Amino acid sequence: MMQEGLKLIHLESITKKYRVGSTSVDAVTDISLTVRKGEIFGIIGHSGAGKSTLLRCINLLERPSSGTVNVGGVDLTKLTDRQLQKERRKIGMIFQHFNLLSMATVRENIAFPLKLAKLSGTEIKNRVDELLKLVGLEGHGDKYPAQLSGGQKQRVGIARALANNPDVLLCDEATSALDPQTTNAILSLILDINQKLGITVVLITHEMQVIRSICDRVAVIDDGQIVELGDVIDVFLKPQHKVTQDFVDEVSDSAGDLGQLVKARSGRVFRVHFVGELTYEPILYNAVKKTSVQFAILQGTISRMKQTPYGELIVELIGPDAEIGGIIDRLKQDGLNVEELT
Amino acid sequence: MSFENVRWEEIWEASKDTLSMTVWSLAFTIVIGFILGLILFLTSRRQLLEQSIVYSVLSFVVNIIRSVPFVILMITIMPFTKLITGTTFGVAGTIPPLIVAAAPFFARLVETALREVDRGVIEAAVAMGASKWDIVSRVLLREARPGLLAAVTVTAVTLVSYTAMSGVIGGGGLGDLALRYGYQRFQTDVMLVTVVLLIVLVQLLQTAGDLLVRRYSRK
Repeated sequence: MMQEGLKLIHLESITKKYRVGSTSVDAVTDISLTVRKGEIFGIIGHSGAGKSTLLRCINLLERPSSGTVNVGGVDLTKLTDRQLQKERRKIGMIFQHFNLLSMATVRENIAFPLKLAKLSGTEIKNRVDELLKLVGLEGHGDKYPAQLSGGQKQRVGIARALANNPDVLLCDEATSALDPQTTNAILSLILDINQKLGITVVLITHEMQVIRSICDRVAVIDDGQIVELGDVIDVFLKPQHKVTQDFVDEVSDSAGDLGQLVKARSGRVFRVHFVGELTYEPILYNAVKKTSVQFAILQGTISRMKQTPYGELIVELIGPDAEIGGIIDRLKQDGLNVEELT
Repeated sequence: MSFENVRWEEIWEASKDTLSMTVWSLAFTIVIGFILGLILFLTSRRQLLEQSIVYSVLSFVVNIIRSVPFVILMITIMPFTKLITGTTFGVAGTIPPLIVAAAPFFARLVETALREVDRGVIEAAVAMGASKWDIVSRVLLREARPGLLAAVTVTAVTLVSYTAMSGVIGGGGLGDLALRYGYQRFQTDVMLVTVVLLIVLVQLLQTAGDLLVRRYSRK
Protein backbone atom coordinates (compact mmCIF):
# COMPACT_ATOMS: atom_id res chain seq x y z
CA MET A 1 0.00 0.00 0.00
CA MET A 2 1.14 3.45 -0.88
CA GLN A 3 2.39 5.78 1.76
CA GLU A 4 2.92 9.53 1.39
CA GLY A 5 3.17 9.78 -2.39
CA LEU A 6 3.23 12.81 -4.62
CA LYS A 7 -0.10 14.53 -4.67
CA LEU A 8 -1.73 14.59 -8.06
CA ILE A 9 -5.15 16.01 -7.34
CA HIS A 10 -5.91 18.53 -4.67
CA LEU A 11 -9.35 19.89 -4.00
CA GLU A 12 -9.38 22.83 -1.63
CA SER A 13 -12.54 23.92 0.20
CA ILE A 14 -14.92 22.83 -2.55
CA THR A 15 -18.50 23.95 -2.11
CA LYS A 16 -21.15 23.43 -4.74
CA LYS A 17 -24.50 25.13 -4.37
CA TYR A 18 -27.56 24.50 -6.49
CA ARG A 19 -30.50 26.80 -6.81
CA VAL A 20 -33.77 25.00 -6.23
CA GLY A 21 -36.48 27.56 -6.83
CA SER A 22 -35.60 30.52 -4.64
CA THR A 23 -33.52 28.57 -2.13
CA SER A 24 -29.96 27.38 -2.48
CA VAL A 25 -28.96 23.84 -1.59
CA ASP A 26 -25.42 22.62 -0.93
CA ALA A 27 -24.55 19.45 -2.80
CA VAL A 28 -21.00 19.57 -1.49
CA THR A 29 -19.94 21.58 1.55
CA ASP A 30 -16.35 22.68 2.07
CA ILE A 31 -14.58 19.49 1.03
CA SER A 32 -10.81 19.38 0.85
CA LEU A 33 -9.20 16.27 -0.53
CA THR A 34 -5.85 15.08 -1.82
CA VAL A 35 -5.36 12.16 -4.18
CA ARG A 36 -1.84 10.75 -4.45
CA LYS A 37 -0.17 9.87 -7.70
CA GLY A 38 -0.67 6.22 -8.62
CA GLU A 39 -3.28 5.30 -6.04
CA ILE A 40 -6.85 4.11 -6.46
CA PHE A 41 -8.95 6.45 -4.41
CA GLY A 42 -12.55 5.52 -3.67
CA ILE A 43 -15.38 7.81 -2.69
CA ILE A 44 -18.38 6.01 -1.25
CA GLY A 45 -21.72 7.43 -0.28
CA HIS A 46 -25.44 6.91 -0.65
CA SER A 47 -27.21 8.40 -3.63
CA GLY A 48 -27.64 12.11 -3.12
CA ALA A 49 -24.67 12.32 -0.76
CA GLY A 50 -22.79 14.52 -3.22
CA LYS A 51 -20.20 12.05 -4.47
CA SER A 52 -21.16 12.46 -8.10
CA THR A 53 -20.94 16.25 -7.84
CA LEU A 54 -17.58 15.96 -6.11
CA LEU A 55 -16.20 13.70 -8.86
CA ARG A 56 -17.44 16.09 -11.53
CA CYS A 57 -15.66 18.95 -9.81
CA ILE A 58 -12.33 17.25 -10.57
CA ASN A 59 -12.69 17.82 -14.33
CA LEU A 60 -15.00 20.80 -13.90
CA LEU A 61 -18.02 19.14 -15.49
CA GLU A 62 -19.47 20.83 -12.42
CA ARG A 63 -17.89 24.14 -11.62
CA PRO A 64 -17.66 24.51 -7.82
CA SER A 65 -19.33 27.57 -6.34
CA SER A 66 -16.15 28.16 -4.37
CA GLY A 67 -12.81 26.44 -3.83
CA THR A 68 -9.98 25.43 -6.14
CA VAL A 69 -9.31 22.30 -8.16
CA ASN A 70 -5.68 21.45 -8.75
CA VAL A 71 -4.84 18.55 -11.06
CA GLY A 72 -1.20 17.84 -11.87
CA GLY A 73 -0.11 21.24 -10.59
CA VAL A 74 -2.65 23.21 -12.66
CA ASP A 75 -5.48 25.14 -11.05
CA LEU A 76 -8.31 24.21 -13.42
CA THR A 77 -10.66 26.86 -12.10
CA LYS A 78 -8.38 29.60 -13.42
CA LEU A 79 -8.19 28.36 -17.02
CA THR A 80 -9.85 29.69 -20.16
CA ASP A 81 -12.27 27.38 -22.00
CA ARG A 82 -9.63 26.38 -24.52
CA GLN A 83 -6.97 25.67 -21.88
CA LEU A 84 -9.48 23.66 -19.87
CA GLN A 85 -10.36 21.56 -22.93
CA LYS A 86 -6.68 20.73 -23.30
CA GLU A 87 -6.25 19.81 -19.61
CA ARG A 88 -9.34 17.61 -19.76
CA ARG A 89 -7.59 15.39 -22.30
CA LYS A 90 -5.28 14.33 -19.46
CA ILE A 91 -8.26 13.27 -17.36
CA GLY A 92 -10.12 10.22 -18.65
CA MET A 93 -13.62 9.48 -17.44
CA ILE A 94 -15.94 6.48 -17.57
CA PHE A 95 -19.62 6.45 -16.72
CA GLN A 96 -22.30 4.26 -15.21
CA HIS A 97 -24.28 4.24 -18.45
CA PHE A 98 -21.16 4.18 -20.63
CA ASN A 99 -22.23 7.25 -22.65
CA LEU A 100 -20.96 5.93 -25.96
CA LEU A 101 -21.94 7.45 -29.29
CA SER A 102 -24.71 5.11 -30.41
CA MET A 103 -24.30 6.08 -34.06
CA ALA A 104 -20.59 5.32 -34.11
CA THR A 105 -18.75 2.00 -34.20
CA VAL A 106 -16.49 0.83 -31.39
CA ARG A 107 -13.45 2.06 -33.36
CA GLU A 108 -15.03 5.45 -34.00
CA ASN A 109 -15.94 5.79 -30.34
CA ILE A 110 -12.39 5.09 -29.24
CA ALA A 111 -11.04 7.39 -31.97
CA PHE A 112 -13.22 10.28 -30.81
CA PRO A 113 -10.81 11.78 -28.25
CA LEU A 114 -7.89 11.16 -30.64
CA LYS A 115 -9.63 13.18 -33.33
CA LEU A 116 -10.20 15.95 -30.81
CA ALA A 117 -6.46 15.87 -30.14
CA LYS A 118 -5.92 16.18 -33.92
CA LEU A 119 -3.89 13.01 -34.44
CA SER A 120 -3.33 11.80 -38.00
CA GLY A 121 -5.32 8.95 -39.54
CA THR A 122 -2.54 6.35 -39.21
CA GLU A 123 -1.70 7.40 -35.66
CA ILE A 124 -5.36 7.06 -34.74
CA LYS A 125 -5.64 3.64 -36.37
CA ASN A 126 -2.58 2.30 -34.57
CA ARG A 127 -3.61 3.72 -31.21
CA VAL A 128 -7.14 2.31 -31.55
CA ASP A 129 -5.69 -1.12 -32.33
CA GLU A 130 -3.53 -0.93 -29.20
CA LEU A 131 -6.47 0.12 -27.05
CA LEU A 132 -8.77 -2.58 -28.42
CA LYS A 133 -6.13 -5.09 -27.43
CA LEU A 134 -5.61 -3.54 -24.00
CA VAL A 135 -9.29 -3.82 -23.08
CA GLY A 136 -9.75 -7.22 -24.75
CA LEU A 137 -12.06 -6.18 -27.57
CA GLU A 138 -10.09 -7.29 -30.62
CA GLY A 139 -12.48 -8.25 -33.37
CA HIS A 140 -15.29 -6.07 -32.06
CA GLY A 141 -14.05 -2.82 -33.61
CA ASP A 142 -16.68 -2.55 -36.31
CA LYS A 143 -19.67 -3.27 -34.09
CA TYR A 144 -22.05 -0.63 -32.84
CA PRO A 145 -22.62 -0.18 -29.09
CA ALA A 146 -26.14 -1.64 -29.36
CA GLN A 147 -24.56 -4.94 -30.42
CA LEU A 148 -22.38 -5.17 -27.29
CA SER A 149 -23.02 -6.43 -23.76
CA GLY A 150 -22.82 -4.05 -20.80
CA GLY A 151 -19.34 -5.22 -19.87
CA GLN A 152 -18.12 -4.78 -23.44
CA LYS A 153 -19.61 -1.29 -23.58
CA GLN A 154 -17.72 -0.36 -20.43
CA ARG A 155 -14.53 -1.74 -22.01
CA VAL A 156 -15.09 0.61 -24.93
CA GLY A 157 -15.62 3.41 -22.40
CA ILE A 158 -12.32 2.53 -20.73
CA ALA A 159 -10.45 2.36 -24.04
CA ARG A 160 -11.88 5.75 -24.99
CA ALA A 161 -10.93 7.23 -21.62
CA LEU A 162 -7.36 5.96 -21.95
CA ALA A 163 -6.88 7.00 -25.58
CA ASN A 164 -4.92 10.17 -24.87
CA ASN A 165 -2.73 8.56 -22.16
CA PRO A 166 -4.32 10.43 -19.28
CA ASP A 167 -2.76 10.84 -15.82
CA VAL A 168 -6.08 10.29 -14.11
CA LEU A 169 -9.07 8.04 -14.68
CA LEU A 170 -12.34 9.16 -13.12
CA CYS A 171 -14.91 6.39 -12.67
CA ASP A 172 -18.51 7.45 -12.14
CA GLU A 173 -20.30 4.38 -10.73
CA ALA A 174 -18.59 2.47 -13.51
CA THR A 175 -19.84 -0.94 -12.44
CA SER A 176 -23.24 -0.08 -10.99
CA ALA A 177 -25.11 -1.08 -14.14
CA LEU A 178 -23.28 -4.40 -14.47
CA ASP A 179 -23.92 -7.85 -13.06
CA PRO A 180 -21.56 -9.14 -10.30
CA GLN A 181 -19.34 -11.21 -12.59
CA THR A 182 -18.92 -8.44 -15.13
CA THR A 183 -18.32 -6.03 -12.25
CA ASN A 184 -15.38 -8.12 -11.10
CA ALA A 185 -13.96 -8.32 -14.61
CA ILE A 186 -14.18 -4.55 -15.09
CA LEU A 187 -12.70 -3.92 -11.63
CA SER A 188 -9.73 -6.14 -12.38
CA LEU A 189 -9.25 -4.33 -15.68
CA ILE A 190 -9.18 -1.00 -13.82
CA LEU A 191 -6.74 -2.40 -11.28
CA ASP A 192 -4.59 -3.76 -14.09
CA ILE A 193 -4.52 -0.38 -15.84
CA ASN A 194 -3.61 1.30 -12.56
CA GLN A 195 -0.72 -1.07 -11.99
CA LYS A 196 0.60 -1.41 -15.54
CA LEU A 197 0.17 2.15 -16.74
CA GLY A 198 0.48 3.90 -13.40
CA ILE A 199 -2.72 5.84 -13.97
CA THR A 200 -4.23 7.35 -10.84
CA VAL A 201 -7.86 6.31 -10.40
CA VAL A 202 -10.62 8.16 -8.57
CA LEU A 203 -13.86 6.23 -8.38
CA ILE A 204 -17.21 6.80 -6.81
CA THR A 205 -19.56 4.02 -5.83
CA HIS A 206 -22.28 3.08 -3.39
CA GLU A 207 -20.96 -0.48 -3.13
CA MET A 208 -18.43 -1.32 -0.42
CA GLN A 209 -17.49 -4.40 -2.45
CA VAL A 210 -15.95 -2.12 -5.10
CA ILE A 211 -13.93 -0.23 -2.49
CA ARG A 212 -12.76 -3.46 -0.90
CA SER A 213 -11.67 -5.05 -4.18
CA ILE A 214 -9.47 -2.36 -5.66
CA CYS A 215 -9.12 0.83 -3.63
CA ASP A 216 -6.09 1.93 -1.61
CA ARG A 217 -7.79 4.74 0.24
CA VAL A 218 -11.40 5.67 0.70
CA ALA A 219 -13.41 8.73 1.63
CA VAL A 220 -16.88 8.21 3.01
CA ILE A 221 -19.16 11.06 2.08
CA ASP A 222 -22.49 11.87 3.65
CA ASP A 223 -24.69 14.88 3.19
CA GLY A 224 -22.05 16.74 1.18
CA GLN A 225 -19.23 16.21 3.65
CA ILE A 226 -16.42 13.72 4.17
CA VAL A 227 -17.20 11.85 7.37
CA GLU A 228 -14.30 9.42 7.22
CA LEU A 229 -11.11 9.10 5.21
CA GLY A 230 -8.21 6.71 5.37
CA ASP A 231 -6.59 3.53 4.12
CA VAL A 232 -9.28 1.08 3.08
CA ILE A 233 -8.08 -1.56 5.50
CA ASP A 234 -8.33 0.80 8.51
CA VAL A 235 -11.69 2.18 7.53
CA PHE A 236 -12.90 -1.32 6.90
CA LEU A 237 -11.76 -2.88 10.13
CA LYS A 238 -12.48 0.06 12.39
CA PRO A 239 -15.27 2.11 10.90
CA GLN A 240 -15.84 5.18 13.06
CA HIS A 241 -18.88 6.81 11.57
CA LYS A 242 -22.39 5.32 11.49
CA VAL A 243 -22.60 5.64 7.70
CA THR A 244 -19.29 3.81 7.29
CA GLN A 245 -20.42 1.05 9.63
CA ASP A 246 -23.55 0.53 7.55
CA PHE A 247 -21.47 0.23 4.40
CA VAL A 248 -19.09 -2.23 6.06
CA ASP A 249 -21.99 -4.31 7.39
CA GLU A 250 -23.27 -4.67 3.84
CA VAL A 251 -20.27 -6.74 2.85
CA SER A 252 -19.53 -8.47 6.15
CA ASP A 253 -20.63 -12.04 6.19
CA SER A 254 -21.82 -12.05 9.80
CA ALA A 255 -24.72 -14.39 10.30
CA GLY A 256 -27.39 -12.81 12.42
CA ASP A 257 -27.21 -10.53 15.42
CA LEU A 258 -23.84 -10.60 17.11
CA GLY A 259 -25.20 -9.20 20.38
CA GLN A 260 -27.70 -12.04 20.72
CA LEU A 261 -25.01 -14.56 19.98
CA VAL A 262 -22.64 -13.16 22.60
CA LYS A 263 -25.33 -13.12 25.29
CA ALA A 264 -26.21 -16.74 24.64
CA ARG A 265 -22.64 -17.88 25.35
CA SER A 266 -21.26 -18.75 28.79
CA GLY A 267 -17.59 -17.99 28.05
CA ARG A 268 -15.90 -14.71 27.12
CA VAL A 269 -16.28 -13.69 23.48
CA PHE A 270 -13.63 -11.80 21.50
CA ARG A 271 -13.41 -10.30 18.04
CA VAL A 272 -10.02 -10.97 16.48
CA HIS A 273 -8.81 -9.15 13.34
CA PHE A 274 -5.76 -10.13 11.42
CA VAL A 275 -4.28 -8.59 8.31
CA GLY A 276 -1.66 -9.62 5.79
CA GLU A 277 0.38 -12.82 5.98
CA LEU A 278 -0.71 -13.36 9.59
CA THR A 279 -4.03 -14.42 8.16
CA TYR A 280 -2.65 -17.77 7.14
CA GLU A 281 -0.65 -18.50 10.36
CA PRO A 282 -1.91 -20.91 13.07
CA ILE A 283 -1.69 -18.11 15.63
CA LEU A 284 -4.81 -18.88 17.59
CA TYR A 285 -3.86 -22.50 18.01
CA ASN A 286 -0.32 -21.59 19.09
CA ALA A 287 -1.63 -19.18 21.71
CA VAL A 288 -4.07 -21.65 23.19
CA LYS A 289 -2.20 -24.95 22.99
CA LYS A 290 -0.17 -24.75 26.23
CA THR A 291 -3.09 -23.55 28.35
CA SER A 292 -6.19 -25.24 29.66
CA VAL A 293 -8.35 -22.81 27.68
CA GLN A 294 -10.68 -24.15 25.03
CA PHE A 295 -11.97 -22.12 22.14
CA ALA A 296 -14.97 -22.17 19.86
CA ILE A 297 -15.20 -20.14 16.64
CA LEU A 298 -18.64 -18.56 16.51
CA GLN A 299 -18.18 -16.67 13.28
CA GLY A 300 -15.36 -16.20 10.84
CA THR A 301 -14.37 -14.53 7.61
CA ILE A 302 -11.19 -14.76 5.64
CA SER A 303 -11.11 -12.51 2.64
CA ARG A 304 -9.00 -10.15 0.62
CA MET A 305 -8.87 -6.43 0.50
CA LYS A 306 -7.30 -5.59 -2.84
CA GLN A 307 -4.18 -7.84 -2.54
CA THR A 308 -4.13 -7.90 1.25
CA PRO A 309 -5.61 -10.94 2.95
CA TYR A 310 -7.50 -10.21 6.15
CA GLY A 311 -9.67 -12.12 8.51
CA GLU A 312 -12.10 -11.61 11.30
CA LEU A 313 -12.99 -14.27 13.88
CA ILE A 314 -15.52 -14.15 16.65
CA VAL A 315 -14.07 -16.54 19.22
CA GLU A 316 -15.37 -17.78 22.54
CA LEU A 317 -12.66 -18.63 25.07
CA ILE A 318 -13.57 -20.93 27.95
CA GLY A 319 -11.19 -21.25 30.87
CA PRO A 320 -9.58 -19.38 33.84
CA ASP A 321 -9.48 -15.58 33.42
CA ALA A 322 -5.73 -15.40 34.08
CA GLU A 323 -4.97 -17.75 31.25
CA ILE A 324 -7.39 -16.01 28.90
CA GLY A 325 -5.64 -12.73 29.72
CA GLY A 326 -2.32 -14.34 28.78
CA ILE A 327 -3.70 -15.54 25.47
CA ILE A 328 -5.06 -12.11 24.60
CA ASP A 329 -1.69 -10.50 25.38
CA ARG A 330 0.08 -13.01 23.22
CA LEU A 331 -2.32 -12.45 20.30
CA LYS A 332 -1.78 -8.72 20.59
CA GLN A 333 1.96 -9.21 20.61
CA ASP A 334 1.66 -11.17 17.39
CA GLY A 335 0.07 -8.13 15.82
CA LEU A 336 -3.58 -9.08 16.00
CA ASN A 337 -6.32 -6.71 16.86
CA VAL A 338 -8.40 -8.12 19.73
CA GLU A 339 -11.53 -6.68 21.19
CA GLU A 340 -13.71 -8.24 23.88
CA LEU A 341 -17.41 -8.34 23.10
CA THR A 342 -18.77 -9.74 26.38
CA MET B 1 -65.03 7.79 -66.13
CA SER B 2 -63.39 9.27 -69.16
CA PHE B 3 -60.45 11.60 -68.83
CA GLU B 4 -61.58 13.94 -71.66
CA ASN B 5 -60.66 17.13 -69.79
CA VAL B 6 -57.22 15.99 -68.76
CA ARG B 7 -54.47 17.65 -70.74
CA TRP B 8 -51.49 15.54 -69.89
CA GLU B 9 -49.03 18.15 -71.03
CA GLU B 10 -50.45 20.59 -68.53
CA ILE B 11 -50.42 17.92 -65.84
CA TRP B 12 -46.77 17.26 -66.58
CA GLU B 13 -45.90 20.96 -66.34
CA ALA B 14 -47.85 21.29 -63.08
CA SER B 15 -46.10 18.23 -61.64
CA LYS B 16 -42.74 19.73 -62.45
CA ASP B 17 -43.79 22.97 -60.78
CA THR B 18 -44.92 21.14 -57.65
CA LEU B 19 -41.67 19.22 -57.54
CA SER B 20 -39.51 22.29 -58.03
CA MET B 21 -41.45 24.27 -55.38
CA THR B 22 -41.10 21.37 -52.95
CA VAL B 23 -37.41 20.83 -53.60
CA TRP B 24 -36.38 24.49 -53.45
CA SER B 25 -38.47 25.34 -50.45
CA LEU B 26 -37.32 22.17 -48.69
CA ALA B 27 -33.67 23.06 -49.30
CA PHE B 28 -34.04 26.55 -47.82
CA THR B 29 -36.28 25.28 -45.03
CA ILE B 30 -33.68 22.72 -44.00
CA VAL B 31 -30.89 25.29 -43.85
CA ILE B 32 -32.84 28.06 -42.10
CA GLY B 33 -34.92 25.73 -39.93
CA PHE B 34 -31.89 23.75 -38.84
CA ILE B 35 -30.04 26.86 -37.70
CA LEU B 36 -33.16 28.07 -35.87
CA GLY B 37 -33.70 24.66 -34.28
CA LEU B 38 -30.08 24.40 -33.24
CA ILE B 39 -30.20 27.85 -31.62
CA LEU B 40 -33.47 26.92 -29.87
CA PHE B 41 -31.89 23.75 -28.53
CA LEU B 42 -28.57 25.23 -27.46
CA THR B 43 -30.08 28.26 -25.73
CA SER B 44 -32.72 26.25 -23.85
CA ARG B 45 -32.43 25.47 -20.18
CA ARG B 46 -29.42 23.43 -19.03
CA GLN B 47 -27.90 23.28 -22.49
CA LEU B 48 -24.51 24.40 -23.77
CA LEU B 49 -25.36 28.04 -24.51
CA GLU B 50 -28.22 28.50 -22.07
CA GLN B 51 -29.69 31.97 -22.78
CA SER B 52 -33.23 32.21 -21.50
CA ILE B 53 -33.97 35.58 -23.19
CA VAL B 54 -32.80 34.47 -26.64
CA TYR B 55 -34.72 31.24 -26.22
CA SER B 56 -37.94 32.92 -25.11
CA VAL B 57 -37.92 35.49 -27.92
CA LEU B 58 -37.12 32.94 -30.61
CA SER B 59 -39.61 30.47 -29.24
CA PHE B 60 -42.32 33.16 -29.19
CA VAL B 61 -41.68 34.16 -32.82
CA VAL B 62 -41.71 30.54 -33.93
CA ASN B 63 -45.00 29.94 -32.14
CA ILE B 64 -46.60 33.00 -33.72
CA ILE B 65 -45.66 32.01 -37.26
CA ARG B 66 -46.77 28.46 -36.62
CA SER B 67 -50.16 29.54 -35.36
CA VAL B 68 -51.04 31.51 -38.52
CA PRO B 69 -52.86 29.29 -41.06
CA PHE B 70 -50.76 28.89 -44.21
CA VAL B 71 -53.29 30.52 -46.53
CA ILE B 72 -53.42 33.65 -44.35
CA LEU B 73 -49.64 33.70 -43.94
CA MET B 74 -49.17 33.52 -47.69
CA ILE B 75 -51.36 36.57 -48.24
CA THR B 76 -49.95 38.50 -45.28
CA ILE B 77 -46.35 38.29 -46.42
CA MET B 78 -47.02 39.14 -50.08
CA PRO B 79 -45.10 42.45 -49.89
CA PHE B 80 -42.12 40.58 -48.50
CA THR B 81 -42.40 37.93 -51.22
CA LYS B 82 -42.55 40.62 -53.91
CA LEU B 83 -39.50 42.32 -52.44
CA ILE B 84 -37.45 39.13 -52.65
CA THR B 85 -38.60 37.49 -55.88
CA GLY B 86 -40.26 40.37 -57.72
CA THR B 87 -43.52 38.45 -58.02
CA THR B 88 -46.22 36.88 -55.87
CA PHE B 89 -47.30 34.42 -58.54
CA GLY B 90 -46.07 31.16 -59.92
CA VAL B 91 -43.31 29.00 -58.59
CA ALA B 92 -41.02 31.87 -57.56
CA GLY B 93 -43.78 33.71 -55.74
CA THR B 94 -44.72 30.62 -53.76
CA ILE B 95 -41.32 29.58 -52.47
CA PRO B 96 -40.82 32.41 -49.89
CA PRO B 97 -44.13 31.82 -48.06
CA LEU B 98 -43.46 28.09 -48.13
CA ILE B 99 -40.12 28.65 -46.39
CA VAL B 100 -41.53 31.14 -43.90
CA ALA B 101 -44.22 28.66 -42.96
CA ALA B 102 -42.12 25.51 -42.93
CA ALA B 103 -38.86 26.74 -41.36
CA PRO B 104 -40.31 27.34 -37.86
CA PHE B 105 -42.11 24.00 -38.10
CA PHE B 106 -38.90 22.24 -39.06
CA ALA B 107 -36.99 24.17 -36.36
CA ARG B 108 -39.25 22.68 -33.66
CA LEU B 109 -38.72 19.20 -35.07
CA VAL B 110 -34.96 19.77 -35.05
CA GLU B 111 -35.09 21.03 -31.45
CA THR B 112 -37.01 17.90 -30.42
CA ALA B 113 -34.63 15.59 -32.31
CA LEU B 114 -31.60 17.20 -30.64
CA ARG B 115 -33.24 16.95 -27.24
CA GLU B 116 -33.46 13.20 -27.79
CA VAL B 117 -29.66 12.95 -27.79
CA ASP B 118 -28.50 11.34 -24.55
CA ARG B 119 -27.21 14.04 -22.19
CA GLY B 120 -24.62 11.60 -20.94
CA VAL B 121 -23.01 11.38 -24.37
CA ILE B 122 -22.68 15.17 -24.48
CA GLU B 123 -21.25 15.12 -20.96
CA ALA B 124 -18.72 12.47 -22.02
CA ALA B 125 -17.66 14.63 -24.96
CA VAL B 126 -17.18 17.65 -22.69
CA ALA B 127 -15.12 15.49 -20.34
CA MET B 128 -12.93 14.46 -23.28
CA GLY B 129 -12.13 18.08 -24.00
CA ALA B 130 -14.55 18.70 -26.86
CA SER B 131 -15.32 22.32 -27.72
CA LYS B 132 -18.91 23.47 -28.26
CA TRP B 133 -18.37 23.31 -32.00
CA ASP B 134 -17.01 19.74 -31.68
CA ILE B 135 -20.11 18.80 -29.74
CA VAL B 136 -22.46 20.20 -32.38
CA SER B 137 -20.59 18.78 -35.36
CA ARG B 138 -19.32 15.48 -33.97
CA VAL B 139 -21.92 14.53 -31.39
CA LEU B 140 -25.28 16.23 -31.89
CA LEU B 141 -25.43 15.97 -35.69
CA ARG B 142 -24.32 12.38 -35.61
CA GLU B 143 -26.44 11.13 -32.73
CA ALA B 144 -29.59 12.95 -33.87
CA ARG B 145 -29.28 11.77 -37.48
CA PRO B 146 -32.29 9.41 -37.52
CA GLY B 147 -34.46 12.02 -35.79
CA LEU B 148 -33.30 14.74 -38.17
CA LEU B 149 -34.00 12.56 -41.23
CA ALA B 150 -37.49 11.85 -39.91
CA ALA B 151 -37.98 15.59 -39.39
CA VAL B 152 -36.96 16.29 -43.00
CA THR B 153 -39.43 13.67 -44.22
CA VAL B 154 -42.34 15.11 -42.25
CA THR B 155 -41.44 18.60 -43.43
CA ALA B 156 -41.21 17.53 -47.09
CA VAL B 157 -44.68 16.00 -46.91
CA THR B 158 -46.04 19.13 -45.24
CA LEU B 159 -44.48 21.25 -47.98
CA VAL B 160 -46.22 19.21 -50.69
CA SER B 161 -49.58 19.95 -49.12
CA TYR B 162 -48.64 23.62 -48.71
CA THR B 163 -47.72 23.87 -52.41
CA ALA B 164 -51.16 22.55 -53.23
CA MET B 165 -52.73 25.23 -51.06
CA SER B 166 -50.71 27.90 -52.77
CA GLY B 167 -52.96 27.36 -55.77
CA VAL B 168 -55.36 29.74 -54.02
CA ILE B 169 -53.13 32.70 -54.86
CA GLY B 170 -52.11 31.40 -58.27
CA GLY B 171 -49.08 29.59 -57.06
CA GLY B 172 -48.94 27.06 -59.87
CA GLY B 173 -48.40 23.34 -59.62
CA LEU B 174 -50.84 20.48 -59.11
CA GLY B 175 -52.86 22.26 -56.43
CA ASP B 176 -53.41 25.20 -58.75
CA LEU B 177 -54.60 22.83 -61.47
CA ALA B 178 -56.98 21.06 -59.13
CA LEU B 179 -58.40 24.38 -58.01
CA ARG B 180 -58.80 25.96 -61.44
CA TYR B 181 -60.12 22.97 -63.37
CA GLY B 182 -61.38 20.59 -60.77
CA TYR B 183 -63.09 23.03 -58.43
CA GLN B 184 -63.94 26.08 -60.53
CA ARG B 185 -64.88 24.21 -63.74
CA PHE B 186 -66.23 21.03 -62.16
CA GLN B 187 -63.77 18.85 -64.08
CA THR B 188 -63.70 15.97 -61.63
CA ASP B 189 -61.30 13.95 -63.78
CA VAL B 190 -58.61 16.63 -63.52
CA MET B 191 -59.16 16.82 -59.78
CA LEU B 192 -58.79 13.06 -59.50
CA VAL B 193 -55.57 12.92 -61.49
CA THR B 194 -53.94 15.71 -59.47
CA VAL B 195 -54.99 14.17 -56.18
CA VAL B 196 -53.64 10.78 -57.23
CA LEU B 197 -50.35 12.37 -58.26
CA LEU B 198 -50.07 14.19 -54.93
CA ILE B 199 -50.75 10.95 -53.08
CA VAL B 200 -48.05 9.19 -55.09
CA LEU B 201 -45.58 12.02 -54.38
CA VAL B 202 -46.28 11.96 -50.64
CA GLN B 203 -45.97 8.16 -50.52
CA LEU B 204 -42.65 8.29 -52.34
CA LEU B 205 -41.27 10.94 -49.98
CA GLN B 206 -42.43 9.10 -46.87
CA THR B 207 -41.06 5.76 -48.05
CA ALA B 208 -37.71 7.27 -48.99
CA GLY B 209 -37.54 9.02 -45.62
CA ASP B 210 -38.41 5.87 -43.69
CA LEU B 211 -35.73 3.93 -45.58
CA LEU B 212 -33.12 6.53 -44.73
CA VAL B 213 -34.13 6.61 -41.08
CA ARG B 214 -33.91 2.84 -40.88
CA ARG B 215 -30.58 2.85 -42.69
CA TYR B 216 -29.14 5.17 -40.03
CA SER B 217 -30.73 3.73 -36.89
CA ARG B 218 -28.35 1.91 -34.57
CA LYS B 219 -30.50 1.33 -31.53
